Amino acid sequence: MAKRSFLIPGVDKRLLIKDSIKTMPDVTRRRFIAGGASLGALTLLTGCDVVDSSSAEEMLKQVSKFNDAVQAFIFNPDALAPTFPESAITKPFPFNAYYDLDDAPDVLAADWKLEVRGLVDNKKSWTLDELYKLPQVTQITRHICVEGWSAIGSWTGTPLRDFLKLIGADTRAKYVWFQCADKEGYNSPLDMRSALHPQTQMTFKYAGEILPRAYGFPMKIRVPTKLGFKNPKYVVSMEVTNDYKGGYWEDQGYNSFSGS
Amino acid sequence: MASLTVTDEQVRGNPAKVIQPAWVRVMHWINALAMILMILSGWQIYNASPLFAFTFPREYTLGGWLGGGLLWHFAAMWLLMINGLAYLVTGFATGRFAKKLFPITPSGVLHDVRAALTFKLGHDDLTVYNYVQRLLYAGIILVGVLIVLTGLGMWKPVQLYYLVALFGDYPTARYIHFFCMAAICAFLVVHVVLALLVPKSLRAMIIGR
Repeated sequence: MAKRSFLIPGVDKRLLIKDSIKTMPDVTRRRFIAGGASLGALTLLTGCDVVDSSSAEEMLKQVSKFNDAVQAFIFNPDALAPTFPESAITKPFPFNAYYDLDDAPDVLAADWKLEVRGLVDNKKSWTLDELYKLPQVTQITRHICVEGWSAIGSWTGTPLRDFLKLIGADTRAKYVWFQCADKEGYNSPLDMRSALHPQTQMTFKYAGEILPRAYGFPMKIRVPTKLGFKNPKYVVSMEVTNDYKGGYWEDQGYNSFSGS
Repeated sequence: MASLTVTDEQVRGNPAKVIQPAWVRVMHWINALAMILMILSGWQIYNASPLFAFTFPREYTLGGWLGGGLLWHFAAMWLLMINGLAYLVTGFATGRFAKKLFPITPSGVLHDVRAALTFKLGHDDLTVYNYVQRLLYAGIILVGVLIVLTGLGMWKPVQLYYLVALFGDYPTARYIHFFCMAAICAFLVVHVVLALLVPKSLRAMIIGR
């Protein structure tokens, strides 16, 4: 007969352990149900209903603001967007807007003036001829759309930071806020550090030709360190300000910093 | 003489032994939630500019529109990344990865794949992963690292330009990100089916034993 050991004489140790475990599973069982409940919560959370609830929206807004702060923190004013050779240019470069090309602003050069407002020394408006006389540079960079597609293009114009210096802008202000001629009135705020980035440009030419209507005639702000929607076209005015004035897409929920 | 106490040997032999420690269970379910949020919001983002000739059905997307999908994606990414990082650190520090996932030998994998296909792969001892499990679990961890790195690269292609450069260029990173998602979805299907076929493994991931 096999040798058996007993905790309590006459009682099989294994059976005793088994029995004592039977008194424990109460907790274990409850934990199992709790586990099941969290599975249910998982389904609930991923259901579409939660998107309509205002608390979820509020939470997402707060996280987006947190993401603005994170992006501003990691933004390196000296980090340059990669540049490409002419052979890499995407042809044709896509027209992209929330309207058809037929509905794009048709700006008359003679009537157009760039209005300058806010915290600047010289608030004079600029005609296109005056702007064309400023020194220009060309850069070939990748435009990345918030939708995920990207395209490489060649943009020529005046670095925005040179222009801001020229008009005596208070570069300690928080934003440069652009307003555009698009229908419904497009606008977008640009944080000052991105505005002063060496590659941020007041663009007057695409691929060496005067900016066509499709790409924002007469002036586009090209910001290779931002997603495409932060690169306003058909710009009519800029305001240097400390106030966050919102933007066409930013107000609808796109992350406001949207840096690259 | 018979002892009056239960030895370690005997405790280990009883059915109450812990298969999945608490940290694994907690991180597993946080990861499950984060992954599902990332996948469903990711499908919403994909639909805005599809890479292939299909889009995901609207009912299986999160956020209602592109802007909502992006908000979910860039919120759930913190959950995924912080939890994932904690999991990697704990997995290496506790020696769990070394103990449970390695070694992975080709012959072991071949043997267990054959056994699995002929329904002879046993699951008697859930504390020891067979070679198919080891390969899949180690593989999916690598895919997880890859999808986070490509995602970060696409999120900050200028600030983190070296990440994009590592994968070639921006569009390539986008394709890799997509295929990693596809691999995770394929893993998810197999993983859930097997968990349901071997319910005690699901039980162990919930209550630990």
